[in-house]
Formats: sequence, structure tokens, C-alpha cells
Amino acid sequence: METAAEIVQHSGGVIGLSWLTIALPLLGAAILLLGGRRTDRWGHLLGVAMSLASFVVAVIVFFELLGFGADERRRVVELYDFLPGGTLDVKMGLLLDPLSISFVLLITGVGSLIHIYSIGYMAHDPNRRRFFAYLNLFVAAMLLLVLADNYLGLYVGWEGVGLASYLLIGFWQHKPSAAAAAKKAFIVNRVGDMGLALGIFVIFTTFGTIAYGPVLANASQASQGTLTLIGLALLLGACGKSAQLPLQSWLLDAMEGPTPVSALIHAATMVTAGVYLVVRSGPIYIGAPTAALVVTIVGVATLLAGAIIGTAKDDIKKALAGSTMSQIGYMMLAAGLGPVGYAFAIAHLIAHGFFKASMFLGAGSVMHAMNDEVDMRKFGGLAPKMRITWATFGLGYLAIIGFPLLSGYWTKDGIIEATMEHSPILGWLAVIGAGITGFYMSRLFFMTFHGKPRWEKDAHPHESPAVMTWPLILLSIGSVFGGAFLIMGNRFMEFLAPAVGRPKELPHFAPFSVAGVATLAVVAVGVAYAWLKYGRAEVPAVAPRGSFLTVFARRDLYGDAINEALFMRPGQWLTRLAVFFDNRGVDGLVNGLAALIGGTSGRLRRVQTGFVRSYAMSIFLGAALLVGAWFVVGNL
Amino acid sequence: MSTLTAAPITAPTIEYGELAPMLIIFGAAMIGVLVEAFTPRYLRKSIQMPITVLSMVGAFALTVWQGVRGVRSAAAMGAIAVDGPSLFIWGAILLLAIVSVLLINDDDHFVAEAAAVPGSAEEDQALSQGGAHTEIYPLVLFAVGGMMLFPAANDLLIMFVALEVMSLPLYLLCGLARRRRLLSQEAAMKYFLLGAFSSAFFLYGTALLYGFAGSVDLKAIATALSTVGGQDALLFIGAATLGVGLLFKIGAAPFQAWKPDVYQGSPTPITALMASGTLIAAFGALLRVFWVALGDLDAEWTPVLWGVAILTMVVGAVLAITQTDIKRMLAYSSIAHTGFLLTAVVATGKESQNANALSGILFYLLAYGFATVGAFAVVTMVRDPGGEAGHLSRWAGLGKRSPLLAGIFALFLLAFAGIPLTSGFFGKYAVFAAAVAGGAVQLVIVGVVTSAMAAFFYVRVIVLMFFSDPAPEGPTIAVPSMGTAAVVTLSAAATVVLGVFPQPVLDLAHTAAQSLFVR
Repeated sequence: METAAEIVQHSGGVIGLSWLTIALPLLGAAILLLGGRRTDRWGHLLGVAMSLASFVVAVIVFFELLGFGADERRRVVELYDFLPGGTLDVKMGLLLDPLSISFVLLITGVGSLIHIYSIGYMAHDPNRRRFFAYLNLFVAAMLLLVLADNYLGLYVGWEGVGLASYLLIGFWQHKPSAAAAAKKAFIVNRVGDMGLALGIFVIFTTFGTIAYGPVLANASQASQGTLTLIGLALLLGACGKSAQLPLQSWLLDAMEGPTPVSALIHAATMVTAGVYLVVRSGPIYIGAPTAALVVTIVGVATLLAGAIIGTAKDDIKKALAGSTMSQIGYMMLAAGLGPVGYAFAIAHLIAHGFFKASMFLGAGSVMHAMNDEVDMRKFGGLAPKMRITWATFGLGYLAIIGFPLLSGYWTKDGIIEATMEHSPILGWLAVIGAGITGFYMSRLFFMTFHGKPRWEKDAHPHESPAVMTWPLILLSIGSVFGGAFLIMGNRFMEFLAPAVGRPKELPHFAPFSVAGVATLAVVAVGVAYAWLKYGRAEVPAVAPRGSFLTVFARRDLYGDAINEALFMRPGQWLTRLAVFFDNRGVDGLVNGLAALIGGTSGRLRRVQTGFVRSYAMSIFLGAALLVGAWFVVGNL
Repeated sequence: MSTLTAAPITAPTIEYGELAPMLIIFGAAMIGVLVEAFTPRYLRKSIQMPITVLSMVGAFALTVWQGVRGVRSAAAMGAIAVDGPSLFIWGAILLLAIVSVLLINDDDHFVAEAAAVPGSAEEDQALSQGGAHTEIYPLVLFAVGGMMLFPAANDLLIMFVALEVMSLPLYLLCGLARRRRLLSQEAAMKYFLLGAFSSAFFLYGTALLYGFAGSVDLKAIATALSTVGGQDALLFIGAATLGVGLLFKIGAAPFQAWKPDVYQGSPTPITALMASGTLIAAFGALLRVFWVALGDLDAEWTPVLWGVAILTMVVGAVLAITQTDIKRMLAYSSIAHTGFLLTAVVATGKESQNANALSGILFYLLAYGFATVGAFAVVTMVRDPGGEAGHLSRWAGLGKRSPLLAGIFALFLLAFAGIPLTSGFFGKYAVFAAAVAGGAVQLVIVGVVTSAMAAFFYVRVIVLMFFSDPAPEGPTIAVPSMGTAAVVTLSAAATVVLGVFPQPVLDLAHTAAQSLFVR
């Protein structure tokens, strides 16, 4: 079974009701948005209930799916005729297979925990109900994205999560920075979405359909050039949504949103949609090695860029955002490797969903305790004050740097080793990335929880309420055991095989491969260096100027400067030119014309003298004219 | 065929059954006159109103019945054509007349004592006694009867008689406005003088065409076109002057000058009746003359009507822009619409093409008629101490003070502008499509451009109503009587229904047009 299994039609059972997973949160969002202030009192509870209900349905669907033989685990539930239009006839259906159900469980599971956490985090926000409405909307859209059985459904979900992301980044729109960040995220994503749309157009013209089943099954029959075009277009979409180079710039700014949003949307789920798209479109990339190569290059470049950015940020959320970029870079790299990497990509995605969400929520817990402070230089020595947060964050931290036997160790190591076999250059770059990860995550951890306290005077750190700590604890269980559970004995690879196919050779990892040992070594070096610099030594309260490399990293590798120079300023010039042309040229013409007609009207009006004799005269002259004209025409 | 030389005059056969709708109206008008003569003043209104409405409803029912029976004949020795277009036009005129009568029935529009000098003591006395002229009902009935006969006349003399029967009561009615008496009397005087002048043209044309063809029968004139030679001067001058009389009645440029003055000065309900009923009737007559009698002369008159249509559209749209009085603006708008309708008249050719053009014109006339009556009904409700608030500046901010009324008026304006989902859109589409099919593409381009210009002044009123601050001592909105409310509601409903589900009426117009005019 090297290729994916056949997709079978399904009806009945709980799988037949899987649309409920989307409908329930959507209903929640509708009630909360339409209900307005009347729902303020219980709105958050409804939001949580809808998300949990969706999770319960997902779990039952998952077990029902397990009841089928491996070859029968790709099941389509037809819902309705979405777009019956001539040659483009899109039937809306949900594709339940191991790949999508993995995402569904992650989205609803982690999503529900973050919903619960938000009850505490947003307790004092007057707009908490609206926040939960948007969260529900996000969950619904994200589920549609991963469950749709065709590219158009995916696109609808894709735009839906984009909308939810926009609304949530700008949730505190009274802050100009939040409004600007929301706008930036939306505009950058527009570029990516255009790529996705173009990709779908080419898919339709090539295959005459946009349903996954026929497109992916016939992918090998299309020419390599076409597949490369599709692959690159889809990759552009993936880059936008997953903050991969060159469309990475929005993610760091997106941290302006409330922290649960950063955890759910900008770490655990939405930003991984690009990885889902690439893995889902696997057969296209298999037929287009160039596109696949570009995917891996983008992945490696982003994992390094994100890691470098992470080293220089003092804002705890931005450092974590850099880390997110970097980790998604790993997933993208794995996804570009083909079937051998898919399982690792998705496994790392799931593990990352747990530990990154746990760390973001931990950061939120710290901020909650420190009057919403995000500057790590004003933290330090928080470990004794908030034990649970420290412990859960610590486990997430160990997981992400790949501490042996924790989640990240299994999944990231798998990616590095698989890359090593594929291309040693990329592999070693990934190893270096792991080393930098070790450094910046340790820096973040030590600066926040250890060393001497550098708190502001009015800070009184305290542990967060149970409604916030319990999600942390549950998430950290995932960050400890998730990786081992998925990777050991190729369990996850076997599980995913019906959906994405299986590599020709199963990867066999020696316990002490060169890559594995090297990775552990560089990570250890990174951690040690961070300990020397930020754990043992005094951390200055104000960031030192730093070398040009530090500045380079601090300024997001000049990503914004490049965007501004290449796109924003020429764009502004173009706008000004257009406005100038519109004011002088178009408006001048229109206004001139209007003035001409108005003037004519004013002059002609004088003909209407009100004297009946002049009216009679005009009738007489008109009659003469008519008779004359008649003669002229008649004698032509 | 009637020849004046035939010695013994045989009594004509008259198909009373087929002419019944018209006869009912005329009969009711006669009864109305008798009522005026023999019943006490206080009873008259309560007798006249039912007679008027019932006769119209009855006539409408008979018209529908004729339509269902599929009557297509030239009745009264071929002098009156009862055919598809006639029946459709009768139905439309009767419907709009019923609606207008509901408006006319409102107190407060008509003068108490028409003979009193404006501003004199007699007038004050009549006003204080609460007098009212109930003669308006039979006058309206006569006018409506004339309107029905005019487009059905298959003979130029009958047509002339119909023209006068239609016009004379209207001249009178124009001068009966309760307020701004002088303006009203001036309007009546102008209308009468110019109407008489144009009737003279009509009659002169009839005479010349008789000289050419030896008959006033439309069919005989059509036959003569091919048989009589060497009489071009008679034919051309006759046809042209006949055309002047007809074009005057529809208000095409350069014969449009009376329209703004008359529309402004007349009592608004009468304006509504004229703007809808007279226009429909006159168009019917115009089409019958040009398509039946002069159908084979189209090579000559098409270019002339091209010019007239363009001039009419441009004059209507351009002059409307600088109008400051709502009724004058609607008058110029009516001129522009006349121009739009003329584009389809120009499109003659094969029979099927004629049928399409005709059905488009019929639909347009009905749609425009309802929107017009509705719009004038709204005008009657916006009042200043001295009468209706005519000046546009008084309408500023009306949307804030009376959103429902302003919204309905906006609906009518949008229908005039031809915005989709209103009746005006399909009307305009139908006539322009017919004109394009008839090869008059340039004409349609002018039509579209002038439509855009027209849209400007329609939308300007909407902007004025909804986006300007209300005038400090703005007009009051009269609480509508049952009749006025019904008129506004019916017209708005017709405008929306014809805009959303035009198909049934389009089909009806198409069926009516299919047989074209009987010859």
C-alpha cells in the first residue's frame, strides 16, 4: 500500500453526523454574535460547550473510523450540491480519513482546552462574549478547512480562519498596534490566498474537478510542468497561512492578539494549515520534484530564520512566535520530503500543538501574573511564585528543544534523520536550527523563571486560577508523551498510511545515529551557552545594543524593511499616482462634463419663457422643421 | 370606407358589444351631467363618485372579458379598431384612471368656485361655505372616454373627435386647482391655446392626407401609398403636420413646451391622470397612425422620428437637471421618458419585430403610468401652508421626518431611473432592446447616456431627502386619506411587482401586441 487508499462513500453512523463538528461551533458563533449583549452572562459557557461538544463528536467519529479496516478509512460524507454550475459542479462533502481526523482531534481538543483557559484569561474583558464568538467561528472554519473533500471547501475554511484570525488579532482594536497588526496579517495573507486561488484554478482547468478524490488519484497523469505550477501556487498559499518565508512577517505582529489566540490560532492550529495543504496535496508534489524541493528549501530557510529571530526577542510572545515559525519550518521541510516525511510532519505538528500551546498559555499565565508585562527583561525568578506554570512551561520547553524521550525529541529527530537521508546539506542546516532552538528556548526559559527577579515595583506575581492551570497540565501531558506515543513502532505512520501513502522503505532509526547524536550535542551546547549568558549571569534590564547580528535578528531579519522598500513604498507611490490621475484626469473630465450639461441646462431653460406666444412659435418652427425634414428625407 | 360622394347615406352598423367599455364610460359621463343638473349640491359627490368608479370598474371588467374572448375587429364600419393593443391600452388607461380618481376624490385639490376671481371676496366666501365642483367627475369620465377612443380610432376624423373629447375636459380640469389659482388658470389657458393650435395642425394634416388618399380611413391611406403617385407634397406635408398634432400630445420636443407649465399648474391629481392616461392614449394613436396608415412610408418618417426622439431625450434630461420645482422636474422627466418610448416607435420592420417593439412600449407605458401616478400622489401629501410644497428645497431631509413616504417616493424615482428590481428597468430594457433589434443602435446609445443624466436628477432628489438636514420649518406631511393611501400603496406595489415578476404582464403585452393593429 504505497499509495493512498480509495475514498469510499459513507452514510449513516456518527461519521454521517460529522458535519456536527462544524455546525456546533458555527451555531455558537451565530448565537453569540446575533444575540448581542443579552448573551453576555453565559456566552463564554456556550462557547466552551460548543467546542467541547464538537470534540466529543470528533472522538466518537475517530473510534468509529478505527472500526473500519485500514483500507476503508477514507470516507466521504456527501452533504449537498455546493455549486451546481455547468462544468464546475462542486458537491460539498466531508472527507474523514486518518489525516483529517488527526487535525480534527487536535483542533477540537486543544481548542477546547484553550476555550476553558480563556474563561479565566478574559474574565475581566468587557467583550469576552465576542471573543468566544470569534473563537467558535475560528474552530468551525478550521474544521471546514481540514474536513472538506474538495479544494473549494478548503478555500472557504481557509478564508474563514483568516477572517477569525483578523478579528482576533485586532480584538483590542483600541490599540493602534493591534489594528495595524490585524490589517498586516490580512494583507499578507491576501498574497498567499491569491496563490491558493490560482492553484485551485489550475487544478480545475487541468483535472476538470476540484474534489480531492479524482484530482489526487489522477495527479500522476498530468504533466510535470503543470504539477510544478500547481505545487508552487499552493505553496504560496501555504507560506501565507503558515508564516513561511517570504510571507512570514505578519506572525510576529499577530502576537498583539490576546494570548489564547496566539496559542490556538497562531501556534497550534491555523498556522499549520499550510502543512496540511502540502501533505493533503501529496501526489501533486510527488509528481513535481522541483516544487517539492522548493518546499523543503522554504522550510529550512524559515526554520533558521525563525530560530534566529527567536534569539533576539525580549518580548516573550514574539520569541515564542519566532519559535513557531521555526517549528513550522521543520514541518514544512518534512512535508516536502514526500511520504517518508508526512508522518513526521503531522506528528511534529500535533506534538507542537501541545507543547507550543502549553507554552503560550504558560506565557499568558505569566503575563496574567505580571500585569500584562511581556518584556522578559522584567521577569526573572518567577519559578517559586508560580510552580504549576513553571513546571508545565518547563516540560513544554524540554519538549521543544528535543530533550530525550519527550515529544519533540521523537518528532523533530525523525524529521532531521529523514532529511539527512534525503539531502545532507538540508539535514545539517536542520541540525544547526535545532542547536539555535536549544539556545533561544533556554534563554526564554531562564530569563522568565530563573535568575534574579527584575520585576516592576507594582508586580505581585501569583499563580493563575485553576481554570487556567488545568488546561496547562493537560496540555503538558501531551507535550511529554505525545511524541513517543505517535512515533514509536511507526504507529502514526501506519495510521496515516491510508490517507497519505507509505514510503517505499520504512525509516529505521538507529538508537545512536550520527544525526541524532549531533543534534543532542548542538542542543546541549545551545542550552549551556544560554545558561551561561542568561541563567548564571546578570540579565541587564535594558537590552544592550548588541552586535549587528543581534540587531539583524531583533529587526526580524529586516523582513519589514524589505517589504516596505519593495512593496509598500512603490505601492504608496502608485496609489498617489492613481489618486492624482483620478483627481485631475478622471474627476476633471467628469466634473467638466457635468458643468457643461448643467450650463447647457441653465441656458436652455431660458427658452422656457412662460410666454404662450413663444411656445406657439416653437411649435410652429418645429412643425416647419418636421415638414422640411420630411421633404429632405423623402427626396433623398 | 366612407366616401362623401355616395348619395344615400346608409345607417352604419355599430357593434355595441365590442364598444361597450367605451360606451359605459360615455354613458356614465352623461349620467354625471344629469346628476349635476337634477340633484341637490350636498348629495352630488356621494352620487358622482360611485358612478365614476363603478363605470370604470365595469368598463375594465368588460375590457378584460373582450381580451379573454380574443376580440380583434374593426368595429363601427371599420372606424374603431378593437384589437389587442386597443384592449391593452384600454385596460391600462382604466386602471390608472381608477387610481387617479381615488386621488381626485380627495377634498382639497379643487377650487370651490371656479368662476370667482382669485383672491376675491367671492372666492373666500365659496371657500368658507365649503363648496366644491362635482363636475370634475363627469369631466374626468369624458376625458377618459376620449383617451379610450383616441388610440382605438381607425379613421382620422374619429381620431380628431377623440382628441377633442379627451382634451377639452382636461383644459377645464387644469384650471381648477384650489391653491395657486393664477398659476392654475394660466396653465389651463396655455394648454388650451397650444392644444387648439396643435389640433389645427392635426386637422390640417388630416385634410391634406384626405386630399392625397381620398379617404380618412387609416387602411385606405396605407393602400393609397402604393397606388397614388406624384402627390408627394400633399403626402409629406399632411403626414408631417398630422405628426405634429400627435407629437404635441405625447410632449415630444420641440413640441414639449406646454408640459412643464401645465403639469405644474394643474391640480396634482389631474397632472397624474394626464401624465399617465393621456400619454398612453396619445402613444397608442401615434403608433396606429405611423404603423398602420404610414407603415410603408417608414423610410421617410423613421429619420425624422430619430431626430425627434434624440431631441426629446436630450431636452427632457438636460432641462430636468436645473429644475427646482418637483412637478416641473417630473414633467421634464415625462418628456425624457417620451423620448425613450420613441426609440422603440422608430424600430419598425418585420411583423415579429414590430410586435416586440409594441409589447415593449405597452409594458413601459403601464409601468411608467403607475410610477407616475404614485409619484404625484406623494407630491400631494407634502404640504406647505399655501398648498403643496413644490420647491425642491422644501423636500430636504424628508427622509428623516417621514422615512416611509420618502422611501416610497425614492422607489418611484428609482423606477423612473430604470434601476433593476423596479418596473422601470424592464420597461426601459424592453424598448431599448426593441430599438436595437430595429437597428437603432445609435439611438439607444443616446438613450442610455440621457438615462444616466436622468438618473442624476432622480438620485439627487433621493440624496436631498435622505442626506440633507431637514428645513427648519419644513413642510407638513398630510395624513393621507384612504384614497391617497390606496393610490400610493397600489402604485408602489405595482412598481415592485412589475420589477420583480414582470413576466405575466410582459406576456400579456406580448399577446396583445402579437396581432398588431387591425387594418
